[in-house]
Amino acid sequence: MALPKYTETRYRIWHYFYIAICTFVFIFLIAPLFVIFPLSFNAEEFLVFSEGMKNLDPDAFSLRWYKDMVYGTKNPWGLAAKNSFIIAIFATLGSVILGTVAALGLSSRHMPFKGIIMATLISPMIVPLIISGVAIFFFMAKAGLAATHTGIVLAHIILGTPFVVITVTATLSGFDHSVTRAAASLGSNPVNTFMKVTLPLILPGVISGGLFAFVTSFDEVVVVLFLAGLENTTIPIQMWTGLREQLSPTILAVATCLIVLSTLILISAELLRRRSERLRGINR
Amino acid sequence: MSSETKQILTTDGIPLEISLKKAERKNKIKAFLLVAPLLLFLIITYIFPIGEMFTRSIDDKMITNMLPKTFKSMESWDGKELPSEEVFASFLSDFKILVEKKEHGKLAQRLNKEKNGFNTITKKLFRQVKRNKIDETQSIKEQIMKVHKRWRNVEYWQAIKRTAPPYTSAKYLKAMDMYLNEDNKITQVSEDRRIHRILWLRTVEVAFFVTVFCFLMGYPIAHLLATLPMKYSNLLMICVLLPFWTSLLVRTASWMILLQQQGVVNDFFVMIGLVSDDNRPEMMYNKVGTYVAMTQILLPFMVLPLYSVMKTISPSLMRAGKSLGGTPFVAFWKVYFPLTIPGIGAGCLLVFILAIGYYITPALVGGASGTLISNQIAYHMKTTLDWSFASAMGLMLLGGVLVIYWLYNKLVGVDNIKLG
Repeated sequence: MALPKYTETRYRIWHYFYIAICTFVFIFLIAPLFVIFPLSFNAEEFLVFSEGMKNLDPDAFSLRWYKDMVYGTKNPWGLAAKNSFIIAIFATLGSVILGTVAALGLSSRHMPFKGIIMATLISPMIVPLIISGVAIFFFMAKAGLAATHTGIVLAHIILGTPFVVITVTATLSGFDHSVTRAAASLGSNPVNTFMKVTLPLILPGVISGGLFAFVTSFDEVVVVLFLAGLENTTIPIQMWTGLREQLSPTILAVATCLIVLSTLILISAELLRRRSERLRGINR
Repeated sequence: MSSETKQILTTDGIPLEISLKKAERKNKIKAFLLVAPLLLFLIITYIFPIGEMFTRSIDDKMITNMLPKTFKSMESWDGKELPSEEVFASFLSDFKILVEKKEHGKLAQRLNKEKNGFNTITKKLFRQVKRNKIDETQSIKEQIMKVHKRWRNVEYWQAIKRTAPPYTSAKYLKAMDMYLNEDNKITQVSEDRRIHRILWLRTVEVAFFVTVFCFLMGYPIAHLLATLPMKYSNLLMICVLLPFWTSLLVRTASWMILLQQQGVVNDFFVMIGLVSDDNRPEMMYNKVGTYVAMTQILLPFMVLPLYSVMKTISPSLMRAGKSLGGTPFVAFWKVYFPLTIPGIGAGCLLVFILAIGYYITPALVGGASGTLISNQIAYHMKTTLDWSFASAMGLMLLGGVLVIYWLYNKLVGVDNIKLG
């Protein structure tokens, strides 16, 4: 962003001002995540940078909160993590299957009432979570699924499918349908065509939709707060209770782990996006 | 041979037109069958329960079922003077059934909501009934009126009559700090009890300002990201995407650490001499905390649509504007800015819709003066268990969101939603 030599002074000043604003916003966005890292290694119980930490004294850092996270008897983080992963994996599977199949139908040009059906399918994304929470709770309570894993998985499928539907329909919009016709003319049945031809081509879209669904489920707290019993506690619920009652450094250790996880998810999502862009480029 | 008039036949001898229509219908059914599982699932588990929220929010059948005979005989009563002997008699017989079922307490509670004072007089009547003091061969009206002087007051009978319809709008009125008074007129509650209106206004205010802040901060960086060379912008994009993928609770937690009184932000303010050490400002558990945390959390939702629109604007347009004699500011304002309006619309309405239903962050960093209407809904769902009131407020919020969404669709189009 180098400025040409002939730039007038006032535009030069404006340009530096603009760069300064952008720098400030980027710091505002990313810095909060980095505060957590050093504090989670704090040797003391307080959530402030101690004098020792400021002087980079090695004794001021420790892994005690990570140990507490794993071995601590009072903290049900182990159970919460297990539940969170089980629920998120099943919710993702459900969302991906239901969402991909629906997206296939939606992107067919024969689909009747496309607008209204699409609006219904993505409505869980638009309706505020608190309302979804109330509605889903009423259903689960009536169906006797409140405070069960099944109930939470179903709830997260509801919340996760819109992402799959949107990403897969977007991928399918650049999809060349003549390849499926070619497969059919070569004698392949529809299921086989889907598995061997369509799916490999739209896989990046399916996986990135799945990642969205996974993160939605893994991070979801509003609906789970209505549904979960003691046995179904998840990481977000534990964090929520922890943050409400008292901020302990153990929460920061958990938060650090979650940031590492989200970094991994970000990297895979980015790789997938680039791959799918490349694939779409070939189709053009 | 006139080929125009002759029908074209397929090989099996069916006219081509019919055969095509058949194939078309088959394709339609096929497409619909693919969507059907998800659609059915959502309708049963999601759309239908939202409808149930509506019936729950207006439902007032409980009392209608408790006093069936009373309401039947009240139909002919004009409601001006005390009702006839018949009404009293049917009320007593309804009441006796309730006493047998031990449901008279529920009745008293419900009637007391309609008009204060029912609790006492229902209890008195209950005692008389329990001791079999009421002689059915004599005038029941006279005997009930003797139980308590309020039974002689026509206002209490009017209150009973008002509860007759199986549906009520009371919950919706309550959510707007209003109620139906004795004359069936909508009245406002006294000034010091108007809590819900404050919450609605605050919710809209917070959502509006968060949207404005997100726009003011998101526009420059989206512009920078769209104009920088790919290798730099990809790196900076991480700053937007990493928060986007990070757990909401993690980000809220980090703001709680940053904003607390001994926190990093306050340390920094003290260091640069903005505030004195013993006079650190309270930045959490109030609106400031809500604004700061929500802006940072929702900022990626503003930047991503803006970026995807700005990416498509060719840089030569700005150059053309400048070469035609516009200053950089004029070229920006007349050429670049109008082209970004679809992105602005998408970003602003996305952020606004998300902000208006926010729950977790205000509950954690908002304190008492930073809570929003969603917190109130959750409170009634979990603490007071007044589910019909929570449903009513939820549906009002949903109505607002749908209006905004409809506007969004009109102005920008739903298809413009982009995810990363």
